[in-house]
Amino acid sequence: MSLLELNDVKVHFPIKRGVFFDRTVGHVYAVDGISLKVEAGETYGLVGESGCGKTTLGRAVLRLVDITSGEVVLDGTDLASLPDKEMRSMRRRLQMVFQDPLGSLNPRQNIESILSEGMAAHGIGANQEERREKIRAILAKVGLPSNALSRYPHEFSGGQRQRIGIARALVLEPDVIICDEPVSALDVSIQAQVVNLLDELQEELGLTYVVIAHDLAVVRHISDVIGVMYLGSLVEEAPSDSLYAEPKHPYTKALMSAVPIPDPVVEEARERILLTGDLPSPANPPSGCRFHTRCPWAQPKCKEERPQLREVGDGHRVACHFVEDIESGVLQIGTDRAAVVPAARTEDAGIEAAAAKAAEAAEAAEDKAVEEKSASVEATDSEAAETDSTESAKDSTAQGA
Amino acid sequence: MALLSVDELSVTFGGVHGRKESTAVDGVSFDVDQGQVVGLVGESGCGKSVTSLALMGLLPGKGVKLGGRADFDGNNLLTMSQRELREMRGKEIAMIFQDPLSSLNPVVPIGVQVTEILQRHRGLKGEPARKEAAHLLDRVGIPDPTRRLKEYPHQLSGGMRQRALIAMAVACAPRLLIADEPTTALDVTIQAQILELLKELVDEEGTALLMITHDLGVVAGLCDQVNVLYAGKVVESADRHELFAHPMHPYAHGLLESIPRLDAPRGEPLKPIRGSINDRIAWADGCAFAPRCDYYTIECLTGTPALTVPAAAGHQVRCVNPVREPVEIATLETPDVTATAHGGTSA
Ligand SMILES: Nc1ncnc2c1ncn2[C@@H]1O[C@H](COP(=O)(O)OP(=O)(O)OP(=O)(O)O)[C@@H](O)[C@H]1O
Ligand SMILES: Nc1ncnc2c1ncn2[C@@H]1O[C@H](COP(=O)(O)OP(=O)(O)OP(=O)(O)O)[C@@H](O)[C@H]1O
Ligand code: SF4
Ligand code: SF4
Ligand SMILES: [Mg+2]
Ligand SMILES: [Mg+2]
Repeated sequence: MSLLELNDVKVHFPIKRGVFFDRTVGHVYAVDGISLKVEAGETYGLVGESGCGKTTLGRAVLRLVDITSGEVVLDGTDLASLPDKEMRSMRRRLQMVFQDPLGSLNPRQNIESILSEGMAAHGIGANQEERREKIRAILAKVGLPSNALSRYPHEFSGGQRQRIGIARALVLEPDVIICDEPVSALDVSIQAQVVNLLDELQEELGLTYVVIAHDLAVVRHISDVIGVMYLGSLVEEAPSDSLYAEPKHPYTKALMSAVPIPDPVVEEARERILLTGDLPSPANPPSGCRFHTRCPWAQPKCKEERPQLREVGDGHRVACHFVEDIESGVLQIGTDRAAVVPAARTEDAGIEAAAAKAAEAAEAAEDKAVEEKSASVEATDSEAAETDSTESAKDSTAQGA
Repeated sequence: MALLSVDELSVTFGGVHGRKESTAVDGVSFDVDQGQVVGLVGESGCGKSVTSLALMGLLPGKGVKLGGRADFDGNNLLTMSQRELREMRGKEIAMIFQDPLSSLNPVVPIGVQVTEILQRHRGLKGEPARKEAAHLLDRVGIPDPTRRLKEYPHQLSGGMRQRALIAMAVACAPRLLIADEPTTALDVTIQAQILELLKELVDEEGTALLMITHDLGVVAGLCDQVNVLYAGKVVESADRHELFAHPMHPYAHGLLESIPRLDAPRGEPLKPIRGSINDRIAWADGCAFAPRCDYYTIECLTGTPALTVPAAAGHQVRCVNPVREPVEIATLETPDVTATAHGGTSA
């Protein structure tokens, strides 16, 4: 049995109108039927664009929002139907780490008070002395000095505040920690420190994480399994490496190809799908497949029938009617719906020219200068190739339109 | 001479009402040529936005000291009068900010905002101005432009607003476009569209683009020349292929090794840079990065290290012990996302 299991979870927020906000005129389908399993000691990553329902799903697990329907099963107990009183004692086992470390810490409480509050409420530690000892141990674990106890949140840097947020979750000895955008408010050079800390703590304490973030690179790094959300639904779920190496759902393909990679060589060797149009509103989601308004492979059936998430092999679950046909090449990408920016390196002429020039450069240059020169030859050459590729991308859009 | 040539630009705040002086930009030099994309990259607070505001003449007049020069087409932007600058802005030089909502007037329809610019700088009025405005929105990929012109900024999505802003920025075919984190507030699929649009502008119109971002991924795909800033100074300046293949400043090298990459295999721990930007010393005393640097030696504390071209290097580095090892990162193979290998639509 999985530690945490969601069965067809829905969270629909009513849209109220009228003088007294007494009329419900519609719903925001923030989370619209999500089923997934999180194994003990593993990390489940949730990704997707702004407004797709990631945070709402995380909050639903903790019952911080009303669950419209469905089950949230923690260790055999369905939280969704648990009476409030029993839920309160379950809450210790599920903790959340928030995006904005400063906003989630009371500025007037010192660190000891912030951390011991929850412990006292859940009856952890016989007295404050015991609690303080425990807090000291946890602060050391998250890499904060023990003199932090008597200090206040504003006295810490962003990265340190995020460590305080993590410590606040840890003192309650939870089974599952839900991290909502744990590093996105931090500077790039600090993100790696916090990501490594989460990894180390998991290893040491056997924690289970649900990590919610829009940064795919971060999520890929820490997650064992990743779920990709689009407008309140899961469209694909796969093991972390395979989601990058073999994305199967059209939206995942586009999303993966849109994430910039800090490496010009890879950026040029990569084929990219540029979607057109914007994300539809979750208050008025498209019929059938939620992605059909932007999907470059969409067929008439997609508008009619909503695809179910199903196993398609290699550990992938995908919600798409045509995943097999797309995979086999039977169904081709429609370039009226998306521009394809082809890989600069896939053009044979480009590769030959590059090889010829590199050979020339290698001959002309001597020992240690060689490396530098071929790098710059490569640069000019691939720039030329890139211009070509942008043009052909435009061509293909023009033809489609 | 380059279209924009920034030479030892410095910006110092404070020094009034007994407030301590602080130097946000500390002797920054770079050039931007026609049809070239130059990147300014660095962490929060390193002086990226202040640099761009100084170039546009948008810093408050009081309590700000400017130094150095910034020659645009041979004229120093830093000594121009407000009137000359206003003439320059929008026409010759345009700017796109991170948050499009704050740079659009919320109570004026998009169409009016675009036609105003066309009237002010190109003397277009009435129907021709409206036509041109619709053409501009269409150009940046806004569907149904005639309808959109009547709408207010809040009626557009974030990506659409950023497009509208780009349309306004390019309305007068500026020769230089300064983009400060133009995609940071957008989702990645929308970001990809906007970056492609900027690339097109540069390729087709020969616009010079100064791209300001903290995202090294964006830099890798877009910029020709990259300047890495740390605590108000350029610490490394290189062609993008050079920079990513052989980062020589310990900070740039460390950043490239520490950031999680989308194409990295799972399981490798990241190699963080220790400390934070707050752990630094004044440039006057030595290298500001010294407290965080793995290559630190006592020589690093004898005054500001100069920006020089180390032996056998093809670019500039501000470091007395430049890194010679390449960046070590394992990567997965690049996937074929459109499955064109099976059929072939694009080649
Ligand atoms: N309490 C609420 N009442 C009404 N609508 C809400 C509420 N909370 C969230 N929503 C709506 O539900 C949808 C999903 O929001 P959610 O915050 O879960 O998205 P997200 O994926 O976390 O986005 P982001 O990446 O921007 O944080 C959005 O359209 C949002 O406006
Ligand atoms: N008007 C001002 N008065 C005083 N200090 C300022 C002012 N504007 C900016 N600064 C300071 O100048 C430094 C550089 O700020 P700047 O906005 O250029 O950073 P940035 O590199 O753009 O960072 P970010 O990535 O967060 O946008 C910061 O330390 C900032 O606090
Ligand atoms: S079901 Fe149709 S619209 Fe949806 S992702 Fe698959 S092909 Fe695209
Ligand atoms: S000058 Fe010294 S401290 Fe500064 S980056 Fe180079 S080695 Fe490190
Ligand atoms: Mg969220
Ligand atoms: Mg800025």
